[in-house]
Amino acid sequence: MSCMNNKYILQIKNLSVSFTQYEKGLRKIDLKVIRNLNVSVGEGELVAVVGSSGSGKSLLAHAILGILPQNCDAEGNIWFEDELLSPKRIEELRGKKIVLVPQSVTYLDPLEKVGRQVRKEQNEENVHKKQEELFDFYKLSPNTADLYPFELSGGMARRVLLTTAMMESPRLIIADEPTPGLHLEAAKKAMSHFREFADKGNGVLLITHDVELALEVADRIAVFYAGTTVEEAPVSDFQSVDTLRHPYTKALWRALPQNGFHPFPGKQPYAKDMPNGCPFGPRCSQLTPECEGSIQEQLIRFGRVRCIHAK
Amino acid sequence: MNNTGSVTVLQKYPRKRLNQRSQTLMALAFGSIFLVAITVIGTMVGDIAITTNFTQKNFLPQMAHPFGTDWLGRDMLARTLKGMSISIYIGLFASVISAVIAGILGAAAATLGKKVDAVITWFIDLVMGIPHLLLLILISYAIGRGTFGVVVAVAISHWPVLTRIIRGEILQLKESNYIKIAGKLGQSKMKIIVKHMIPHVFPQFLVGLVLLFPHAILHEAALTFLGFGLPPEQPGIGIILSESMKYLSLGMWWLALFPGMVLMTAVLLFDLVGGSLRKMIDPHSAQE
Amino acid sequence: MDIEPYSGILKYIGKSIIKIISLLFAVSILSFVLVSASPVDPVRSYIGEVGIANMSAENLAKLEAYFGTNTPPIERYWNWFTGFIQGDMGSSLLYRQPVSSVIQVKFMNSMVLMMTAWIFSGALGFILGITAGLYRDRWIDKAIKGYSLLIASMPTFWLALVLVMIFSVWLQILPIGLSVPIGVNAAEVSIFDSIKHLILPALTLSVIGIANITLHTREKMIDIMGEDYILFAKARGKSRFSIIRNHALRNIMLPAITLQFASISEIFGGSVLVEQVFSYPGLGKAAVSAGLGGDAPLLLGIAVISAALVFGGNLVANLLYGMIDPRIRRGSAYE
Repeated sequence: MSCMNNKYILQIKNLSVSFTQYEKGLRKIDLKVIRNLNVSVGEGELVAVVGSSGSGKSLLAHAILGILPQNCDAEGNIWFEDELLSPKRIEELRGKKIVLVPQSVTYLDPLEKVGRQVRKEQNEENVHKKQEELFDFYKLSPNTADLYPFELSGGMARRVLLTTAMMESPRLIIADEPTPGLHLEAAKKAMSHFREFADKGNGVLLITHDVELALEVADRIAVFYAGTTVEEAPVSDFQSVDTLRHPYTKALWRALPQNGFHPFPGKQPYAKDMPNGCPFGPRCSQLTPECEGSIQEQLIRFGRVRCIHAK
Repeated sequence: MNNTGSVTVLQKYPRKRLNQRSQTLMALAFGSIFLVAITVIGTMVGDIAITTNFTQKNFLPQMAHPFGTDWLGRDMLARTLKGMSISIYIGLFASVISAVIAGILGAAAATLGKKVDAVITWFIDLVMGIPHLLLLILISYAIGRGTFGVVVAVAISHWPVLTRIIRGEILQLKESNYIKIAGKLGQSKMKIIVKHMIPHVFPQFLVGLVLLFPHAILHEAALTFLGFGLPPEQPGIGIILSESMKYLSLGMWWLALFPGMVLMTAVLLFDLVGGSLRKMIDPHSAQE
Repeated sequence: MDIEPYSGILKYIGKSIIKIISLLFAVSILSFVLVSASPVDPVRSYIGEVGIANMSAENLAKLEAYFGTNTPPIERYWNWFTGFIQGDMGSSLLYRQPVSSVIQVKFMNSMVLMMTAWIFSGALGFILGITAGLYRDRWIDKAIKGYSLLIASMPTFWLALVLVMIFSVWLQILPIGLSVPIGVNAAEVSIFDSIKHLILPALTLSVIGIANITLHTREKMIDIMGEDYILFAKARGKSRFSIIRNHALRNIMLPAITLQFASISEIFGGSVLVEQVFSYPGLGKAAVSAGLGGDAPLLLGIAVISAALVFGGNLVANLLYGMIDPRIRRGSAYE
């Protein structure tokens, strides 16, 4: 794959996020919601992190931006354009080089007009101009700036959220479920802006539960399962089940409508009762005693996988 | 460049040394024991509280009489504890009645359709429209002054807030997925209510009940203080404080200071117990 | 003129007003029922036991007719209601004056006291609550929260007594009670004297009022700081200062308005107790006297007026809400 030769915009190694929770009685436990997660985005790449709803994918986005809730611990190495980021550096970069496109209009202040929010309350002429240009570019009529968030239609809201990201010249967009409730065709259309952005040599990290959408628009797909990425593979590998590496990815593939809609039993373990070793173990047909040991990530055919049986 | 063995700490949550849950549990135990102690001791000191002793009039607080004595030589500590225990009994009774009313109305508003809901909500607004103390005065005026009047007044006027909470809780529950799924799976309404609704709403109800206590106690004391509540021969905290007013200008500060502080402590402790209960029940707040 | 864009807000105002009128009507019925249910006989409380014994049956019947002891309750309510609409609330048994003029005088006295407390407790409670909410779990939050919890558990009348002990008995710098010095003609009272007599009652009411507003504002502030739009503003690299100024303060305005106007009811309740301790001649003290003295018309009048005050406050809160919240203000135009 060409991306292996390209420069990375974002690289994440061994990211973990954990919360403390009380069990019944006085027992205190550490909930590792994200464990040893690795993912990377190269120049010109759109990488999709795919995982089921409510599995804690959003925390990945929040960790990269340093906006995790206060009551958790987070550690891991994040490189942005070859620079290892400290929490302080993250604060400097967010909103400028690294931007978030959130999923819905609730991420806008309901009491402030859209235009002013996009401009971050700045009143300089060049900021106004930039905002107007962007509205024009994304086909938002000029009077949209005077609307309040609740007055935006779904499509308008998505484009307004996009303009918030583009006000500064970012290198990396993190899009967290940017197309909720859209049909595949409409979602693909909505994603075209992200594709354009990546094609200019930037990076996009798309976080979604929608496998089909990811297959349509992404260059590479990272499969998120029980708090970690079990496989990171070029999208071309998804053309056949044989080119995929992890049993979970294969199961996901078989569950797609075009591949027969085979459901697979069981559900993701909750962070509280995580099995030893491979988190997919209890649902896996290839389970062996070795799977309960530590699972190292291996590089197979330009893709990474966390499975000792992967070939 | 990627070969660093170390891991960057991105965020560290400063944890408290003491287990939060044990702290909550301790607060709960401490508060409950203290309140039970006040009630029990107050109930038992009955005779000392009304014993007059003219050789020991107007004593400042001292070893034998930690809260001092009044103009009739009665021990203020005994009177205060006795009065507090009466207030707690009234508060207990009144809170339970109010909570039961709130439970019934809240559940009715949330489950019996839009019209019932509108009527009950309107009625809540109505009762909350009259300043609470004035409503208490009106009710005790209607029933007649005295112990019975104050108990009824406090008991039937504290339900609106808890009714709102229970109504909101059930409405939210009805919208939640697992109740909807249970309904679609064909579980009977009765079964859903017994198996899913009650176990969820009851803890909220219990916390609400405990948190009604401090209000009920304060309102009883206030009503008594104004002259509508307990008769003067009862050593209610409200009576003690209202009588102390006559002696304030004579410099007898202890007559008002200590009984008020005990009342305040009891109210604080009830708040503490209620708050701790809520923390134990609601896992989200316990995480903090 | 095209009112179409405003139809939403007009409907909203209309709805609020209709609701309040219906509630006020209901309050008057409820209060009337409660007052009528009383075992206190208005005739007896008007002339006293001795008076009744010495009265001729004819005069007694006249009085009974005057108080409507023998008319059916619905008719009596109707008589009261039609009178009320025309500004006649009956006569006070205690003051031997029309209820309306008694209430007018007392109302003005109470207004001065309540307004002072309302403004002070509102402003300070707002500031303290926001500070605590923004610095959640820091020492300043703990201090503010602890203080507010303590005050919230404090009986209003006891605080009043403690303040009297400190400032009037011990330090002797402020008067014990009454809104004017004893023996001085009300007309000759200097403003300075009035203020001096206002300080302690107003201070008590303010201190008590602050606690609730602070605690509620703090809760709301914490909720707001947990909202998605604050998270997103942070993600966009906005400074903490800018987030607070542009988003947190803007959004706390709505709950703050509701809280501030909802506190009217509480302040009124507090004023009943405070006026009693300080013998301050306001509505609260009049209500207590009416209740204790069997003055049903006055008690009824005060109940309705206080409810009108509370509902009026709600109405103003709703209107302000409608003006500030674009979802209500412009709600209809883009439906």
